[in-house]
Amino acid sequence: MAEKSPGEDQGAPRGSVALYTVGLVFALLLTGASFLVSQTHWLWGPGVPAGLAVLAIAQMGVHLVFFLHISTGADNTNNVVALAFGLLVVTLVVSGSLWIMGHLDANMLPASAIMEMQR
Amino acid sequence: MFGKLTWDAIPLDQPIPMAASLFMTVAIFSLLGLATWKGWWPYLWREWLTSVDHKRIGVMYVLLALVLLLRGFIDALMMRSQQAVAAGAAQGYLPPEHFDQIFSAHGTIMIFFMAMPLMVGLMNFVVPLQLGARDVAFPVLNAISLWLTATGALLVNMSLVIGNFARTGWLGYPPLSELQFSPDVGVDYYLWALQISGIGTLLAGINMVTTILKMRAPGMSYMRMPVFCWTALCSNMLIVAAFPILTATFGMLLLDRYAGMHFFTNDGGGNAMLYFNLIWAWGHPEVYILILPAFGVFSEVIATFSGKALFGYRSMVGATLAICVLSFTVWLHHFFTMGAGADVNAFFGIMSMIIAVPTGVKVFNWLFTLYRGRIRYEVPTLWAIGFMVTFVIGGLTGVLMAVPPADFVLHNSLFLVAHFHNVIIGGVLFGGMAGYNYWFPKAFGFTLDKRLGVLSFWCWLVGFYVAFMPLYVLGLLGMTRRMQHYADTSWQPYLIVAEIGAFIILAGILATIAQLVVSIRSRASRRDRTGDPWNARTLEWSTASPPPTYNFAVLPEVDRLDAFWAAKHQGGTAPPKRYDAIEVPGNSANGFITAFFAVITGFAMIWHIWWLAIVGLVCAAVTLAAFGWMVRADTHFSGKQVAAMERARRATGAGS
Amino acid sequence: MNARAAVGMPRPDSGPAPTRVVVAYGFWIFLLSDIIMFSALFAAYAVLYRQTAGGPSGHDLFDLRHVAIETMSLLFSSYACGLGLLAVERRRLSAFYFYFALTFALGATFLGLELGEFSTMLAHGAGPSRSAFLSAFFSLVGLHGLHVSAGLLWLVFMVAQTAYRGPRDFVRRRLLCFSLFWHALDIIWVALMSMVYLMGAR
Repeated sequence: MAEKSPGEDQGAPRGSVALYTVGLVFALLLTGASFLVSQTHWLWGPGVPAGLAVLAIAQMGVHLVFFLHISTGADNTNNVVALAFGLLVVTLVVSGSLWIMGHLDANMLPASAIMEMQR
Repeated sequence: MFGKLTWDAIPLDQPIPMAASLFMTVAIFSLLGLATWKGWWPYLWREWLTSVDHKRIGVMYVLLALVLLLRGFIDALMMRSQQAVAAGAAQGYLPPEHFDQIFSAHGTIMIFFMAMPLMVGLMNFVVPLQLGARDVAFPVLNAISLWLTATGALLVNMSLVIGNFARTGWLGYPPLSELQFSPDVGVDYYLWALQISGIGTLLAGINMVTTILKMRAPGMSYMRMPVFCWTALCSNMLIVAAFPILTATFGMLLLDRYAGMHFFTNDGGGNAMLYFNLIWAWGHPEVYILILPAFGVFSEVIATFSGKALFGYRSMVGATLAICVLSFTVWLHHFFTMGAGADVNAFFGIMSMIIAVPTGVKVFNWLFTLYRGRIRYEVPTLWAIGFMVTFVIGGLTGVLMAVPPADFVLHNSLFLVAHFHNVIIGGVLFGGMAGYNYWFPKAFGFTLDKRLGVLSFWCWLVGFYVAFMPLYVLGLLGMTRRMQHYADTSWQPYLIVAEIGAFIILAGILATIAQLVVSIRSRASRRDRTGDPWNARTLEWSTASPPPTYNFAVLPEVDRLDAFWAAKHQGGTAPPKRYDAIEVPGNSANGFITAFFAVITGFAMIWHIWWLAIVGLVCAAVTLAAFGWMVRADTHFSGKQVAAMERARRATGAGS
Repeated sequence: MNARAAVGMPRPDSGPAPTRVVVAYGFWIFLLSDIIMFSALFAAYAVLYRQTAGGPSGHDLFDLRHVAIETMSLLFSSYACGLGLLAVERRRLSAFYFYFALTFALGATFLGLELGEFSTMLAHGAGPSRSAFLSAFFSLVGLHGLHVSAGLLWLVFMVAQTAYRGPRDFVRRRLLCFSLFWHALDIIWVALMSMVYLMGAR
């Protein structure tokens, strides 16, 4: 048998339902945690954005592993490399944009102020 | 009922657009009429318009590119003529509103509808053959991609006849491209044409990556793939990663224009600089998407015509992968002057210098391949040597501008214009011409006339330098880009020289057309019966010229790099006793019909004919669903048919 | 004999992969490209979310009870889809129809709630043309909603095709692709829920 496609799972039929159910439970827990983190003071205030990001990434990982069956087996290498490249691009584009736009924001007048000057 | 569309959309009061429209319309309808009169439609429909064969699709992409090269080049000639005369008090013959459309159309057409289809067409034709595969992973999707690209090209050209094109350059920067400052349909033509063809390109990228990773012949591990396939893989990975950014950014500009949103507007909290940031996050990978396949062509051509294996295969692969990743770390160098400050500029400036290193590695590998080789000066070799000199100069000027303080002087000057033409013409176009001459015999079964090929090369090479070296000087003298006229008459001599250069390039283009006509006329004397006219190294040359629909009667078993070269020198293999039956995907009208409705949807959206846009979109969706519902018929070649075709091929003198 | 062959793992150079692997991989990288498209919009949102132009902000507009129900609907819809795929792979068609009907119902619930949220905002003058923040919000969340809508149409088509053609190879391949799509939409929703709604509501 050749490589595994994403979404293909290994293991016995009963094990497969278990995989989905475990994933569901983890996802529910992480969702609950996210709501708690954002709506209560359990996490120190300035740490909330980072906390939410970590919980979100964890939940996305749960989905990838338990629902999409992305694993690190040798038969999954192409899938993981593609995911890694995609994640790299997303990270570069989002963080690069924030860094660049943040600096531009600090250095340049907002458009509305420029329009105001031209009146 | 008809949205913004009225009879005023036809430029009856403007002689130049009117003349151009008439010429184009007459040309197109004459061709269609000729096909009807000669009864070619059944053949064209069966063999080309509904074909899902990667070889046919590749040829059509290249044909689209060559036709649009003519259209884009006429724009170039008009700009050169205008700038050659519009010095001091003279205003030239093109008013600003028209000149602005010409430089916008020139850039848009040359990048999206000439350079991209040229590279995609070559990759489409060659990669499955080089991999020992029967076709790409998703043949029907391949056809859809081609026809959606053609849709975009058609929409851009329709703007000549009905309405006008954008005046905002090839990237459409806001706030000028917002509704407030560009209220007419020009920017909408630009946006819808590129959104639609962008979908086609993205799907083609997915197709090619999957093909290269999942459909190689038995035994062809990654390090036994030809370098052209490596560059195709990286280029298409960049397409998959970068084009979604373009789609999102154009989508945001469309929402600003159609739904009154405030992504990039001056009011409501919009930020036009965000557009620059996002569009160039796509734009820089785009230029690597264009150049990597050209690098691959040169690797194949230089190895073949040196009679040696490519020097430094592993470092070529490594350099290509490095370029692929690094291309997402340099995009700010396109807007150093926008004000992000010293530390941001320094980071991106340094990364832009680092990305030159892997290209340098490649140049040295090509040089070391040529060194001590038995060089044959065929037409592709000339293009390769011309490329190596020209592209290096262009690359050097690029690294020069990667230094932010230097860029503050040179940004948006003619120095920049000269630089990117230097690398795109010297790299992408020369690569396209090399690939065209190199693989033409494989595609059509006869070689191209050599003398006219040599003439075309020299006209292009000399013409390029005469046309663009003056622009470097002008940039340093302070002339900015896109000037419809200028006050400093001391610039005029340089621009006149540049125009002469443009006419020399025109001679090169005419020579290429002549080369094709002459070669077709005398094809009987130039038949390629061996399938391997260049004594080359890779698997595509082991097939007949042109290859049968199924490419390989038996999928090759590959045991090393350049397996075909090794097999030739070991005396070849005996043909098998019997052949298995082969199934290839049957024709599908899906691509053509979907694209037809895409044209309708795009045109309707441009002119605000909402009911028609909905009709077009629904029909496109229904087309996809209908074809998805049906079970596609495959074309079946029985073992006996395959055996007969292979016997016939061997009888005419084919190699093993 | 190399170590990989000894443990029965496939060699990467053993020829063209089976169609199921080829199709699923192609669809997987399509999904990654879709995620990159969302991330460009996401970057725009991150840059523009403070530009409320004197209008309402996320804190004023977001109702987290709504978001919680939407999240549960989509998550359980994803779960049902996974179970439906398992059912069709084992040729248990009535289970398949049940789970996919559930997937549709929960997905439609999500969509209905989201449309309700949008119309409430529009009614209060907080539409996408009010400010850059709202443009980014409506586009980002709206694009996700468009994907969900397209997914629901695709789901109906696939159920019909399964009923008409039976669980043949190419039908099951497409169902696999659909399930990948549906799970990916839930992944994107996790990002939206966390970084748009939960962050914005504070």
